[in-house]
Amino acid sequence: MSFDEIYNITLMQGFAGLSLFAVLLLMGLGLAIIFGQMGVINMAHGEFMTIGAYTIFLLSSLTESHAPGLMQAYFPFAILCAFIVAFAFGWLAEWALIRHLYKRPLDTLLATWGLSLAMQQAFRTLIGPKEVSPTLPDWLMGSWEVTEGLDIPINGMFVLGLTVLVTGGVLLALYKSRWGLRVRATVANRAMANATGINTTRTDRVTFAIGCGIAGVAGAAFTTIGSTGPTSGSLYIVDAFLVVTFGGAASLWGTVVSAFGIAQTQSISEFFLSGSMAKVLTLLLIVTILMLRPQGLFASKVRR
Amino acid sequence: MDAFKTWLDRSGLASIAILAVLLLVVFPLAMDSFRLNLVGKYLSYGFVAVGLVMLWGYGGVLSLGQGVFFGLGGYAMAMFLKLEASDPQSTAIQSTPGIPDFMDWNQLTALPLWWEPFNSFGFTLFAVVAVPVLLAFIIGYAMFKRRVGGVYFAIITQAVALILTVLIIGQQGYTGGVNGMTDLRTLLGWDIRSDEAKTVLYFVTAALLLASVLLCRWVQLSKLGTLLLAMRDKEDRVRFSGYDVSMFKVFAFCLAAALSAIGGAMFTLQVGFMSPTLIGIVPSIEMVIFAAVGGRMSLVGAVYGALLVNFGKTYFSETFPDLWLFLMAALFIGVVMAFPNGLAGLYESHVKPWLARRKGAAAKAGEPPAGTPGEAGQQASAPASSSPAASHSTQAVAADGGLGIGTKVSSQSA
Repeated sequence: MSFDEIYNITLMQGFAGLSLFAVLLLMGLGLAIIFGQMGVINMAHGEFMTIGAYTIFLLSSLTESHAPGLMQAYFPFAILCAFIVAFAFGWLAEWALIRHLYKRPLDTLLATWGLSLAMQQAFRTLIGPKEVSPTLPDWLMGSWEVTEGLDIPINGMFVLGLTVLVTGGVLLALYKSRWGLRVRATVANRAMANATGINTTRTDRVTFAIGCGIAGVAGAAFTTIGSTGPTSGSLYIVDAFLVVTFGGAASLWGTVVSAFGIAQTQSISEFFLSGSMAKVLTLLLIVTILMLRPQGLFASKVRR
Repeated sequence: MDAFKTWLDRSGLASIAILAVLLLVVFPLAMDSFRLNLVGKYLSYGFVAVGLVMLWGYGGVLSLGQGVFFGLGGYAMAMFLKLEASDPQSTAIQSTPGIPDFMDWNQLTALPLWWEPFNSFGFTLFAVVAVPVLLAFIIGYAMFKRRVGGVYFAIITQAVALILTVLIIGQQGYTGGVNGMTDLRTLLGWDIRSDEAKTVLYFVTAALLLASVLLCRWVQLSKLGTLLLAMRDKEDRVRFSGYDVSMFKVFAFCLAAALSAIGGAMFTLQVGFMSPTLIGIVPSIEMVIFAAVGGRMSLVGAVYGALLVNFGKTYFSETFPDLWLFLMAALFIGVVMAFPNGLAGLYESHVKPWLARRKGAAAKAGEPPAGTPGEAGQQASAPASSSPAASHSTQAVAADGGLGIGTKVSSQSA
């Protein structure tokens, strides 16, 4: 093997890690907002991601049958719809279920697990047990040949771009908008935030819904890489939780860093070991580090 | 007589005795060996549920990785049975006779070193309990000493369940992979697939389960049980009283692990196989729902919970497969939202007062000729008043239990 080939393989493996990083980060972001900021364990997060993916699929089939001329343009609109649909369902779930359980985090875990089971079965009944994939616009297909022997897939780059956009948006919203201010105030001291006139129940609901909406966008990004089935979301839920806890629950930067670290560890070790052993190694590493440093990489310095 | 009655009521021995009659007399008389074997399989999940009552209901620590210990116990037993089933005569067609078939398929030519001890039945029985307890001790010690609890602990245990399943599926040559260990035939030369063996194994399982319930009840009534409850409700106060809180949690975790492991071993013996699909993330969470449906504070309730949920699963997933997941979802949500104390809680809040009222009414109806109406009323109200008081106090404990889980968060934010 020549030096050039090794260099290219390293780059492509690194890029595969980046794609995993994008999915993990998009999943983790929504969770980090919900778990880190509100302390709620949302086991149904994966299903909100699946909702986003199915939204894209439905819109793509609708466009294909009714307005084939718009095939090249529907995708950005569909991503927005994925966000809105997941947001709406998140709003509903918070109103019907989560708000009654804020004082009992472990019970939230069980209740949202029940929610995820119901949603999975609903997908199976309404859409079918088969895996589906939307028809993607042409400009998402193919790959970009940087140099001889080095191909970067365009859908991977698109997902990465989307991730950067969403992450930037969330960080901006959290640290520069009124909503972000309210959320941070509620996290820092709920009673005090309430006393200063912040409607914390409303803040909670919007925060939960936004977290779910981001999961919907994650699902949209997911459709460009793989096909969607009723249980697609649940495949990533444990990894996503580990990303959030590993990064430090209340820190969004921690989530970004830990998603990157986990994705790269897995993708690089996959090159040397079998896929399952790479996964075992990565998970063992995370669990061991979490046992030694339970507060995660970036512990929040808020006094509680 | 009255003192004996209060002692019986307090110790909960009456309900355990009813369970014993049901398991050891009613079920064996009413069911054929196929159904009895099915109940035996559900009972092996009952061990996990009983362990969770101690860990979650009493200790306030929710583990989503009980499947790990169930699996380790089950796999230890399965390894012994598999080695017995793959003697050189019956595996003569393999390229390497004398090793389990899945090893042969994966081009292994010798038994791995860590399989060797499982040739001994004594070691296997030891390993069934020791390996899971050791793992639980390591995880528990590392986490609880650093005061990690609640949600973080749940996520970590879930990750451990994922690691174990991925490892088992990935290392097909050593573990049988996704198919698990199948085709287990004899235990020390005794055919475990015969009807008679299944009946015997059912009785062994039921007896072990009852013994476990009694053991846990004893722990609950001892000072240790009181401390566990106190720790769940106000951890800091127990710590400031000079107790090493983390070691109590480690104890509860190890106890739950040991019980789950015994359940796993009995499962393997009765069902005749062990596979990673039985021990992963999804089964581990389902095990929590057994305890939740029965009542997270009630040992006997947990056994009924395991029986009912598993029976429902078998029945519905065969007749209405589409409905089953919805029903399971409703169970999870309903138990958490409406009945946090499960069946046992319903019994305490509805059946017991009703029984007491009936008893009171019966006493009233029978008494008047004997004494003045005033005396009769007092006598009738005496037994009735003790029961509502008892149920009220358990409800108070239970309500506190719900909050107790959250106290850590709230006391931190206060």
